[in-house]
Amino acid sequence: MKTDDLINMLATGAGAVEPHAAERRYAKAMVAGALGALLVMLSMLSIRRDLADAALLPMFWLKIGFVASVVAASLFAVLRLSRPGVRIDWVPRLIAAPLLVMWFIAACVLIEADPSERAELFFGSTAAYCPFLIALLSVPAFVSLTWAMKALAPTRPRLAGFAAGLLSGATAALVYCLHCPEIEAPFIGFWYVLGMLIPAGVGAVLGRALLRW
Amino acid sequence: MQRTTREEGWRAKEVHLRELLLAGLAGDNPAYQVFLTELSAHLRAFLRKRLARLPDEVEDLVQESLIAVHNQRHTYDAGQPLSAWVQAIARYKLVDLLRRRAAQDVLNDPLDDEADFFSTADAQAAEARRDLNKLLDELPDQHRLPIIHTKLEGLSVQEAAKLTGMSESAIKVGVHRGLKALAARIRGSA
Repeated sequence: MKTDDLINMLATGAGAVEPHAAERRYAKAMVAGALGALLVMLSMLSIRRDLADAALLPMFWLKIGFVASVVAASLFAVLRLSRPGVRIDWVPRLIAAPLLVMWFIAACVLIEADPSERAELFFGSTAAYCPFLIALLSVPAFVSLTWAMKALAPTRPRLAGFAAGLLSGATAALVYCLHCPEIEAPFIGFWYVLGMLIPAGVGAVLGRALLRW
Repeated sequence: MQRTTREEGWRAKEVHLRELLLAGLAGDNPAYQVFLTELSAHLRAFLRKRLARLPDEVEDLVQESLIAVHNQRHTYDAGQPLSAWVQAIARYKLVDLLRRRAAQDVLNDPLDDEADFFSTADAQAAEARRDLNKLLDELPDQHRLPIIHTKLEGLSVQEAAKLTGMSESAIKVGVHRGLKALAARIRGSA
């Protein structure tokens, strides 16, 4: 086929394209991923009974705010990485900002605490499985987000896979907050971050194979 | 002075092509066809310069990039420079080809000058080596028939639906998925 014939073929009946295709795809993928995480959580775990009491503590909302900030920053990164030729210069700083705030708070908490309490603040009572539960809850969002991303055009598949994985991890962590009894900044700043980084790492490794277009 | 005039040249080209693409995205097929035709000359010049040691691959890659531009046209954001968008797609397909051939050493040119993408053009199409008609023939019927009727024979969606006994939405989906399947076959065939 000659190139002119190909152009002719592509243009014939091409028609209008609906605007905001990327945004609509990710909106659907996020809803599906969050609902999936909620279903997995309800089938395996339970919502913490003292949720209403916990919701009165500022630290509970700081935790929610931290995870929600990571969701927002990584969603922004995902949207930019899905479009060819869009710069991502300051996106890493946007993702780093909530982390640095959380680590700063965690450092203050640890410094102020009595040395004998520090291990308890850091390990809580669920450190052994918290990151793995977050990674498990991230599976539905990971699938729906990579599916949405593949239909767009990520030209940096490793970075794009990392961002999609981080977004699925952060979405899962947000759902996990309904169950998780931990509330201390040193715990959140390490074990939650580790849990979110597991799907992000998987995304970076599989990005090139999963996101080819 | 010379430099300023050249720069004005590709800036004007950017504005011109962007208008054509935006009209095409809004449903103006003739404008879209002009866009693809003019774009193909820039793609050809860009790729020929970077595939100096694989001249036979240029036209195939021009075609592959055009299909990618078409299939991924919903990712163009009206607020971004068109040259950056097009060049990122062409580079992605170029790197993909080189990786497929495991011949990254033929890359003898840095890949990083996006602003002046429209400063070069080459309207001389060489013969493509890969025959897209053959790849098209290999597609399953639910992809192949919608493409042949609506995009090669120029029938409307309704007419194609009547002719094939498929529903109108199946025709639309078939065209969309078929072109994606075609791109996937190109990736697999090299």
